[in-house]
Amino acid sequence: MASLWEYANPVKFMQTSGWLMPVAAVLAAGMIAVGLVWGFFLTPDDFRQGSTVKIIFLHVPSALMAINAWAMMLVTSLIWLVRRHHVSALAAKAAAPIGATMTLIALITGAIWGQPMWGTWWAWDPRLTSFLILFLFYIGYIALWSAIEDPDTAADLTAVLCLVGSVFAVLSRYAALFWNQGLHQGASLSVAPGTRMDWSYKGPLYLCMVGFVMLFIALVLAGTRTEIRARRLRALLTRERAMG
Amino acid sequence: MMPDLGTYAAEVSLAYVVSLALIALLIGWVWARGRRMKRALDALETRLNRKQNGQV
Repeated sequence: MASLWEYANPVKFMQTSGWLMPVAAVLAAGMIAVGLVWGFFLTPDDFRQGSTVKIIFLHVPSALMAINAWAMMLVTSLIWLVRRHHVSALAAKAAAPIGATMTLIALITGAIWGQPMWGTWWAWDPRLTSFLILFLFYIGYIALWSAIEDPDTAADLTAVLCLVGSVFAVLSRYAALFWNQGLHQGASLSVAPGTRMDWSYKGPLYLCMVGFVMLFIALVLAGTRTEIRARRLRALLTRERAMG
Repeated sequence: MMPDLGTYAAEVSLAYVVSLALIALLIGWVWARGRRMKRALDALETRLNRKQNGQV
């Protein structure tokens, strides 16, 4: 079996991602389309939430990816710091705009759901606040990459920022448990028996969640390929200048 | 056929429109940036190859 470290080689990464990315994209499109059509058109209204329950099919998958995108950035940043593989740092860079968008979708859909259900668009609740801070970390991370000209220095500093921001990624996930206060409820889904959600909601929700994971994989692969090309472009421009 | 969203039709529709628009923007941005970078790299590689082969 091929070692994972083979993909630290940009050529190997480009070869593998060349076929893996379209597969992930097709799976993402299919799963999200079916999941959202099923969730929007075919699920019944909740007895308390009414039709706003349909927002869950966007809110939960985007919140899931908001946190897990940062987790992926943490792992790839650590690999960069320890083993100095450039593809790893570039994958973290590529994941940031995707994670930021997912966090924004989670915040917006949460606010739209919260207005009729909680009577407010926003509350300084532990989970909401930690999610907002996570979003600001994403923006700071992207800004830091753009602000530093030397790519290796940028990768080092953003990796450290990623380690610090991981505290808020963990808080975003477990804030409702840590503080046991605020408006946001605990997890709606669990692998434990006797979960509270009916399968008429679970089915489309699981499809959307897997679809969002596939979308994330496809976009990270596409973004990393672009970053690898950008790096090669910079190297070749330097060579061209040297050639005169 | 639109399902009957009742009292919360505006909220549910807004959540779907905003989310799908943001996802479409993200996909469009990643795709466009990828294409731009690939074109720029291909053009530079062609130029460098010509230079190395003395065709300038």
